[in-house]
Amino acid sequence: MSIVLSIKNVDKTFGGLQALGDINLDIEEGKTHAIIGPNGAGKSTLLNCCIGRLIPDNGTVEFNGKNMIGMQPHDINHAGMVRVFQTPEIFPELTVLQNVLIPGFAKRDGIFKFNAFTSLASEKDIEADAMHILEDMGLIDQIHNSAGSMSRGDKRRLELAMGLVQHPTLLLLDEPTAGMARHDTNRTIDLLKTIKERGMTKIIIEHDMHVVFSLADTISVLAQGRIIATGTPDEIRGNPKVQEAYLGGAEL
Amino acid sequence: MDAIFLQILNGLDKGGAYALIALGLTLVFGTLGVVNFAHGALFMLGAFCAVTLQKILTISQKVRDESITFFEAYKEQPYLEIWFGDFGTKIIDWSVPISILLAIPIMLLIGLAMERGLIRHFYKRPHADQILVTFGLAIVLQEIIRSFFGANPIPTPAPDIVAGSAQIGVLLGLGESVVYPWWRIIYLLFSGLVIFLVFAFLQFTTFGMVVRAGMHDRETVGLLGIDVEHKFTIVFGIGAVVAGLAGVMYAPILPPDYHMGMDFLVLSFVVVVVGGMGSLGGAVAAGFLLGLLQSFASMNEIKAILPGIDQIIIYLVAVVIILVRPRGLMGRKGVMED
Amino acid sequence: MSMPSLRNDWVVMAIFAAAVLTAPIWLSPVGAGYPDLLQKFAIFGLFAIGFNILFGLTGYLSFGHAVFLGVGSYTAVWSFKLLTMNVLPAIALSILVAGIFAVVIGYLSLRRSGIYFSILTLAFAQMSYNLAYSVLTPITNGETGLQLTMQDARIFDEPTTSGLPSTELFGMSMSGYSGFYFCAVLLIIGFFISLRIFRSPFGLKLLAIKSNQTRMRYTGFNTKPYLLAAFIISGMYAGLAGSLMAVTDPLAGAERMQWTASGEVVLMTILGGVGTLIGPLLGAGIIKYFENIFSALNPGELHQIFSWLPDWLENIVVAISSEFVGDGWHMTLGLSFMLVVIFLPGGVIEGVGRAYTKIRTLLKSDEANESDESVLEPEPVLSAEKE
Repeated sequence: MSIVLSIKNVDKTFGGLQALGDINLDIEEGKTHAIIGPNGAGKSTLLNCCIGRLIPDNGTVEFNGKNMIGMQPHDINHAGMVRVFQTPEIFPELTVLQNVLIPGFAKRDGIFKFNAFTSLASEKDIEADAMHILEDMGLIDQIHNSAGSMSRGDKRRLELAMGLVQHPTLLLLDEPTAGMARHDTNRTIDLLKTIKERGMTKIIIEHDMHVVFSLADTISVLAQGRIIATGTPDEIRGNPKVQEAYLGGAEL
Repeated sequence: MDAIFLQILNGLDKGGAYALIALGLTLVFGTLGVVNFAHGALFMLGAFCAVTLQKILTISQKVRDESITFFEAYKEQPYLEIWFGDFGTKIIDWSVPISILLAIPIMLLIGLAMERGLIRHFYKRPHADQILVTFGLAIVLQEIIRSFFGANPIPTPAPDIVAGSAQIGVLLGLGESVVYPWWRIIYLLFSGLVIFLVFAFLQFTTFGMVVRAGMHDRETVGLLGIDVEHKFTIVFGIGAVVAGLAGVMYAPILPPDYHMGMDFLVLSFVVVVVGGMGSLGGAVAAGFLLGLLQSFASMNEIKAILPGIDQIIIYLVAVVIILVRPRGLMGRKGVMED
Repeated sequence: MSMPSLRNDWVVMAIFAAAVLTAPIWLSPVGAGYPDLLQKFAIFGLFAIGFNILFGLTGYLSFGHAVFLGVGSYTAVWSFKLLTMNVLPAIALSILVAGIFAVVIGYLSLRRSGIYFSILTLAFAQMSYNLAYSVLTPITNGETGLQLTMQDARIFDEPTTSGLPSTELFGMSMSGYSGFYFCAVLLIIGFFISLRIFRSPFGLKLLAIKSNQTRMRYTGFNTKPYLLAAFIISGMYAGLAGSLMAVTDPLAGAERMQWTASGEVVLMTILGGVGTLIGPLLGAGIIKYFENIFSALNPGELHQIFSWLPDWLENIVVAISSEFVGDGWHMTLGLSFMLVVIFLPGGVIEGVGRAYTKIRTLLKSDEANESDESVLEPEPVLSAEKE
């Protein structure tokens, strides 16, 4: 199995407070790798270091063998690493369909293309791809509604659709089911399982253990900015260190 | 050397006017979050308070002109002179300083009315809407003034006693050639006083403390059960008064006309941005800084090296500051960056 | 509809072109059917349409767009002075030079957003305006304004002996109706380009930048070139409008660059409806039309208009309304500006849309038991295009 993403010796401090300390992590191709940990453990900071929102103080983030540190967010996106945001970062004034067309255009047009004289109506391929993914997400009835007026759960799924339409090599999911009702969560799990069968590599940050254990191949546990354990779900479940640090001794 | 000294004085009193206008503008922005394009109009209204009082005081009666004996000649004599003699003449002479007393309540009322009637409904609207509606209001206000007072500048002289120039050269040992108009010196001192009063008010009163806290974090102060909105209405009134006072005192320097507000508005926005949106100290510092730069740029020696620099210096500084230091000299992080 | 059909575009263009070319006929009942005013509609319409490509699609509010108008005028007049009285080189050069100015000003101003962007554009405009009045007098002829003279070189034209030449298009003089039709053709082209941009992937991306610029960066776009492209396009529209001003009247003055001129185009766009296709053109037309009527009225004419009122009432009405006409036109402008922003933030287009929905619901309740929906279908561009 080849390594898609390799995080080496990453440190990050905020005003003397260490958010991440010496993080080393390898993500294998085709696997779903979950990162769990209590609030404030540094999970989001780690994701932000991967996609260029934050620059770590030390260390490298290698994606397909190329160092991503210091690269612009849009270049990282085109390298094939795409993030799905925790709080929906959508285009509220645009329609649902348009929200998914935009990342589709990004994938095809690159960081800039002056296609001011082609008609949207002639973009059949991009539209078909978007419609296909919206159908998967169960949003097909809403394509002409404005995205800002959707329910929170639907926005989360739209957000996911916007990530998926770019067919990334690596998808970073920041709590994809937070704030969703139970049946929405189950539906999202099913969706993510389908994607997994297609062979997309994923990193998931998640609180909901139900989601983590239904999806993850590998789990890393982050506590106080450090990785205290990495292993298969079964290994993690049985790891006393994890139970103590993270779960306060509770049964998983 | 003398020339430089005079330019410093020139720059300071120009800067005084900029600082006063920008102070009100940034106060309103920092507290209410409103971009007020009608602020220049408030300055103009202040200047017209002085004009109005002068007009009222000089309401005249036609009387026989005794000095002409060949035929029956008439001249206009203000009622004040007829009633009070020399004392009346004195009052007319002092109309500009007296109009400060008139301007304070009037500008306060205008400010309160503006906030209650219009600005209040635009707190939650986008900045573009605020700019547009206040821009419309500014046009309306200046057109009202034009229809009452006409389009020509109206000379509004300072009291006789300070009409001449001060021999500051002699005072400071720089030679007799260094003279400077009294009224401009007074303007500089006056602007310093007003700035001091505003800062003292915000620093040492409970009201000021709440306002400063509100500028910093409006929501938290609101949660403490303090009626911030109400206080901010008064802040708007204060901003209007400060702009109005700047206008009253400026009347002898620049005879007021209806579009003087617009002329100063663009400048004062530049001052506010250079100082940092919502920063009071920044507005004052930037006001004086830009005043000084402008008066140095208009020296012949400098113009010989950089032709036209006097015309663009202020805007040039603004561009450089915004590009290099987007928060301005003293702006807070995150204010209006998007 | 997010995916408008191509055929729809052509229908819209056909209707639009027909409406513009027949404007002298259908605008004459309201007293606007003469070339001078119609030209103004077309020129300011182009200015506003271009401005809307920046403000309407990206949300960046430029307060210095009049620079490009002024630059366009100066370039055109210089082309008339040095090259030829033919309007085509003048227009091409004006668009080019305005575009170059837009590259420089846009590149710098777009490093900031929000009110900082507005102030930067305003600062550049004021600098250009002040310089045009002072040290650039050799190029701009200062306060007098740049004009044609008998000594002009005009290297491609035969020397003239009798008076100043007039602008022409291959021998066709650009005055009267031929001037208007020339502007009208350019307006139709300008509108067509704007329509294509609005309905292109590029236009959609601009809208997305307006909606959530941060997200665009993480979606894989470099937003700066997009914004700059929109800025340059809208600057070129302004340059075109400026050159057309010189075509219809070959002189150029610095007051065209003043910030009040920049404010005027903002006003036109807002009044008509920001981000709509036809709104800015409507706004420009409405403002220029009423400016023309209102500023020409005087109290004497007002007395005639209101002569049907009883005398005492007539005097009061005339006294009040005379504040709003003639020189008072600006008062009307400022007031209507406020009213639109307060009550109708979407501009006239939104007003029409609201009225239409109201009428439809009224009609519906009337016809509820009569027949199925046979009510008028909405005009495709006019109402459905809001953002």
